[in-house]
Amino acid sequence: MSQSVKRTFAVFVEDKPGVLNRVASLFRRRSFNIDSLNVGATHEPGVSRMTIVCEADEDTAKRIEANLYKMVNVLWVDDITHKQTISRVLALIKVHCNREQRDEILRICEVFRARAVDMSPDRLTIEITGPQDKVEGLVSVLRPFGILELVQTGAVAMTRGVEKHGLAHPTVPASRSSAA
Amino acid sequence: MTPSNPKLKNRIGESLSGAQIIWESLVREGVEVCFGYPGGAIMPAYDAMIQYPIHHVLTRHEQGASHMADGYARASGQVGVCIATSGPGATNLVTGIATAMLDSIPMVCITGQVPSPLIGSDAFQETDITGCTIPVTKHNYLVTKAEQIAPTIREAFYIARSGRPGPVVVDITKDAQQQSCTFEWNDDEIVLPGYRPDYTPLPDQLAEAVDLIRNAKRPILFSGQGVIKSQATETLLQFIEKTNIPVACTLLGLGGFPATHPRNLGMMGMHGETWVNKAIQDADLIIAVGMRFDDRVTGNLKTYAPGAKKIHIELDPAEINKNVRVDVPIVGDARAVLQELLPHVERCDRPDWLAYIDDLKGNSAVRDIKNLPDLGKLYAAHVIHDLYRFTEGKALVVTDVGQHQMWEAQYYKHDYPRKLITSGGLGTMGFALPAGIGAKFAQPNDSVWVICGDGGFQMTQAELSTCAQEGIKVNVAIINNGFLGMVRQWQEFFFGGRYVATPLRSPDFVKIADAHGLTGLRVEKRSQVEEAVRTAESTEGTVVIDFRVEQEDSVYPMVPAGANLHDMIERPYKPGEQAHNPIFETGEDE
Repeated sequence: MSQSVKRTFAVFVEDKPGVLNRVASLFRRRSFNIDSLNVGATHEPGVSRMTIVCEADEDTAKRIEANLYKMVNVLWVDDITHKQTISRVLALIKVHCNREQRDEILRICEVFRARAVDMSPDRLTIEITGPQDKVEGLVSVLRPFGILELVQTGAVAMTRGVEKHGLAHPTVPASRSSAA
Repeated sequence: MTPSNPKLKNRIGESLSGAQIIWESLVREGVEVCFGYPGGAIMPAYDAMIQYPIHHVLTRHEQGASHMADGYARASGQVGVCIATSGPGATNLVTGIATAMLDSIPMVCITGQVPSPLIGSDAFQETDITGCTIPVTKHNYLVTKAEQIAPTIREAFYIARSGRPGPVVVDITKDAQQQSCTFEWNDDEIVLPGYRPDYTPLPDQLAEAVDLIRNAKRPILFSGQGVIKSQATETLLQFIEKTNIPVACTLLGLGGFPATHPRNLGMMGMHGETWVNKAIQDADLIIAVGMRFDDRVTGNLKTYAPGAKKIHIELDPAEINKNVRVDVPIVGDARAVLQELLPHVERCDRPDWLAYIDDLKGNSAVRDIKNLPDLGKLYAAHVIHDLYRFTEGKALVVTDVGQHQMWEAQYYKHDYPRKLITSGGLGTMGFALPAGIGAKFAQPNDSVWVICGDGGFQMTQAELSTCAQEGIKVNVAIINNGFLGMVRQWQEFFFGGRYVATPLRSPDFVKIADAHGLTGLRVEKRSQVEEAVRTAESTEGTVVIDFRVEQEDSVYPMVPAGANLHDMIERPYKPGEQAHNPIFETGEDE
């Protein structure tokens, strides 16, 4: 058994009612623990793309992939954990901020390439986009000022460069037969 | 499927109601019989049914309808169909759907749904049945428009029967049944972008498997239900006659390889034979065909078959490395893979390994209760062994769940596929009688024997009334021991003998049969078994036999749940007594 690590799956599904429910139900009933799940439209009509992050060892990852493929509405699954990827989360952080603290917080935002999107006399709302660890970094720096509210998306991820997803190939993608 | 039914008028292009389209579609899928129960939201469909050549069997409970469709599917290899109304009608199907799901049974369940404008309003008899059944179906659909009905039913049948089969629910709103639209039926091959059920084994994996088989000294082959489903029995027989590899069967695999074949060792697992489980533990190669290493067959995974390389031939990639890590996975149809392997494996006699397994049998024959002569006590094993003898092993046997199910698996030797129907994966009590009725509709010329316990029988005994109304004949053997026997056995072994909620008082089953206008018989002695079996076989209509067996007998051998596969509890006996105790002579026929 290999070690459990955080894994990222890009999952292409038909854009039909209930598909999110089916996928979530699969993870729940097989006790695959989801860290985050993000779903949205793609450039292809009728196709949605999910980015699912979960903790799993190598065997479990293969079983997750095989189980996803068993679902009629799932078109293609790509375990991109070990591929070169761009992964982003977006967070909005509302932090306590009086007049004296404002400059310091804005300088911190510059370091993290975050930006202020709303301001009131005693609070500041910051938007940050980036890999999960960058967001966590900003949160930990802001925590001493007093975080009032925080919301973040799950990760969305995409492989770099020329690797393309399997929807271009009408036949069975190679990764299916090697799912074994 | 082409609309080959001559009774069916070609109505393609005509304006039909959604209700009519349901039946048009079912007939075109080859459906001749369906099992169901009407109610408000499915009434338009029932009203249209009368125009179509499909026989509807009115059950006494929707659970019965789903088990009947399941039994029909298992006996015929075709898709079973059941139909129910919304809400409680649909939820009552769920146990049967889950049963079919765990045993990979092709089934299409049509349910009525409240009119689409009312969905989500907690309308009368509204249940989100697609939501409820996501975890226990292969796929499901909610249909809200008449024009979606035909393509959805086509897809449902295709999904139910292809690949690893399973149940599919089609939930159709009442307004969709009432609307009219132009009926269209497309006979082209179905292409679903996200569903490609056919896998071709990789050449490398086949070559590796051939290598492992060539080098194995102590190989054993597991024959699972996949062998039966893929119609691989003939190919498997050729494979075994060439390689002389001994075969162990799973519960659902019984009949896939002839029980009386000299290479057949018997059933493996929790109540498998001792020598089978020991042979598995000592094997150096396991070739698992169409089975899924259920916890009931492996016992403790940490000590399971430690010296064996494992080849797993399985249609469903999600089963690979699920419970047991395998060395060579071959994802594909069991028959196709065995056919690929057959020319490449070598002829082999392997006398040492076969003799070794024979030695493992040790004194198991004298522990075998079947071999006890008649001491005036009636054991369930006697009943089933005798039933096997008097039906010459040719009956289609449908079992329920519990002790009798295991005794049947041990003592009724199945030489042919699809002659044992049992709820293996889900272990659904109450399954046998309705599944037996379904099986009888699929195989009207077979002698169908339903074997069940006094507990399981009472869960669905109302379906006797269905037998009477339909005028069909099944023989029901109730193995009546006055307990929920398997639970009682566990209480005896593992819960300090505290029989909590297992003593069971039953009605007079002979009178129950009588009340339905059926024949009831009671058997209390072994000497009465033969006459009862023969009477049942020759009596018209359904016969119920109440076999009053020993109350506190247990199923042996037994591997306790989670224990090592080789650590079996065997039927107790005192070794010293054997020589001078004539009761340990072997049985008269084997």
